Amino acid sequence: MELLLLLLVGILYSAGIFLMLRRSMVKLLLGLILIGNGANILIFLTGGLTRGKPPIIKDSQTTFTDIYADPVPQALILTAIVISFALTAFAIILLKKVYTTTGTDDLDSLNIEDLDI
Amino acid sequence: MITNFILAPILMHLFTAIMLLFTMRYLRLQRIISVTGNIIAFVLCLRLFFVTLEHDYLIVQIGNWQAPFGIIFVSDTLSAIMVLLTAIVSLSVGIYSTAAINPSRIRFGYFMNFHFLIMGLLGVFLTGDIFNLYVWFEIVIISSFVLLTLGGKKMQMEGAIKYVSLNMLASAVFLTAIGILYGITGTLNMADLAVKIGEVENEGLVSVTALLFFAGFGIKSAIFPMYFWLPSSYHTPPSAIAAVFGSLLTKMGVYALIRTFTLIFQPDEFIQWVFIIIAILTLITGGLGTINKKSVRRLLSYLIVCHIGYLIACMGLYTELAFVGMIFYLMHDVVVKSNLLMITGILQKIRNTIDMTRLGGFGKDYPKISFLIAISMFSLVGIPPLSGFWPKIQFFGESLKSGHYVLLGAIIFASFVTLFVMLKTWSEVFWKDSPKRLTEDIDRFAPLRKENKFALIAPIAFLAFVSLYLGLNAGQVYDLAHRTAEELMNPNHYIDAVLNGNFKK
Repeated sequence: MELLLLLLVGILYSAGIFLMLRRSMVKLLLGLILIGNGANILIFLTGGLTRGKPPIIKDSQTTFTDIYADPVPQALILTAIVISFALTAFAIILLKKVYTTTGTDDLDSLNIEDLDI
Repeated sequence: MITNFILAPILMHLFTAIMLLFTMRYLRLQRIISVTGNIIAFVLCLRLFFVTLEHDYLIVQIGNWQAPFGIIFVSDTLSAIMVLLTAIVSLSVGIYSTAAINPSRIRFGYFMNFHFLIMGLLGVFLTGDIFNLYVWFEIVIISSFVLLTLGGKKMQMEGAIKYVSLNMLASAVFLTAIGILYGITGTLNMADLAVKIGEVENEGLVSVTALLFFAGFGIKSAIFPMYFWLPSSYHTPPSAIAAVFGSLLTKMGVYALIRTFTLIFQPDEFIQWVFIIIAILTLITGGLGTINKKSVRRLLSYLIVCHIGYLIACMGLYTELAFVGMIFYLMHDVVVKSNLLMITGILQKIRNTIDMTRLGGFGKDYPKISFLIAISMFSLVGIPPLSGFWPKIQFFGESLKSGHYVLLGAIIFASFVTLFVMLKTWSEVFWKDSPKRLTEDIDRFAPLRKENKFALIAPIAFLAFVSLYLGLNAGQVYDLAHRTAEELMNPNHYIDAVLNGNFKK
């Protein structure tokens, strides 16, 4: 299972970077979203995958006696998902606004005003 | 000392922002609430600064969870200095904004986003938890996205798309680095990380993580191969927003670099070389970028990049005296850069352009304002006894002592370029006669009401005064910088304070 997720992380990162290098703004955004998801799965993976061991201490005990799933990565991912959700929502609106003001989806045609110094 | 007071400035800005959210429609009320909130927050930050100096380390453990497990906020000397600088800039820009930002932007929540931005910055400087640092970073960048795009002009949109995409990428890199760091150490508390990172056997993985942090923070602080988003976006928003961005947002990245590379990762030979080479390239490329610029604002954007090189160079040298110079320069740079960017706003207001070829005769028409501007410009260049002079002595001395002659050359080159472009600006904007006949209706500054003029000029005078204070009172500032450098060189005190509760050094 770890290997499968590891490959998935690799594929998400490489696909994200590939998309970011395209000239289309929509593909740029899709690339950013893929990299963000890749990072989330990476955090999930680095916490270690433990099956069926919730981090809850039983009534009869006072400490953990068995190995348990680390809850911290899940809390981190939850936070990261919420943040990337907000950022993505903002970026989509921005793209739409850029498209309506400049009338193009091509990143190379944005630099016209930067040419004159 | 364990005290909840650390959170007071952050909460004050949060409270102000919420108040502003409820009064979005009332322009006058927005201005009054924002200025009042800023003044109270300034006083709180000032108090935090002095309490920190007195007690060395202030700590608050959120929810009373013991240090490695819960989120903590720590205020040491470096944090306290950054908090104080943030308060100074936020107060001046806040007052300046009341007259400089037009009503439509205020109606769309300019002040609210401004306070959220400052709140995020204070959080970045005070937190002691690496994931919490990420969250504060995100608060800062999303507020900055809104501030940058507010208004929706074509030029702003073009700048924003680069700014937004590269900052989102930087956050993703930072998040990846945190993920790997958690995987190899199993903790997120910065002091605990500093202890655990020494026990990791796989040193290659530690180096890779360090470089990922370097890349993530490097994009945010605009260092050499990753600065291109800055000159293409910082000239687009109004000058008040540019003043906060130019002075504090890049320094946020530098602060994070300083924190991670003094506390968590002790730089080895290789990483020091990376720092030095990147610093040289940043100084040279940033310097060259300024030379052919005609617009004052674009010129300043490249100067911001160029001067980040000084700070990165000090990280590469990694000696106590280099750190003294770095801290001193950080204080000087924040104050002067924000002042100069606000000044471009005044030029725009008076002449309706910031293109050097179309400006002129400013010194004759507005001699008093020109004098104030001269103080800032010449302290940026580093003419003694103004504030830019003192840290540069440290840069020269330390790079000479450690034998990095190329770096020394780059630092001298950057200083000369700064001198050249500042003199060019001075002669073009202030000395030469105005190239076109001026009519009364171009000047939108003279017909302003008295309180608006005061709101535009007072912050500039205040920051010029702070810059003068830093220069003329260099002994005291030097002591403060020395104390910070000592703390940075000996992270054991920080670790001891956080994990064992020994707050006194």
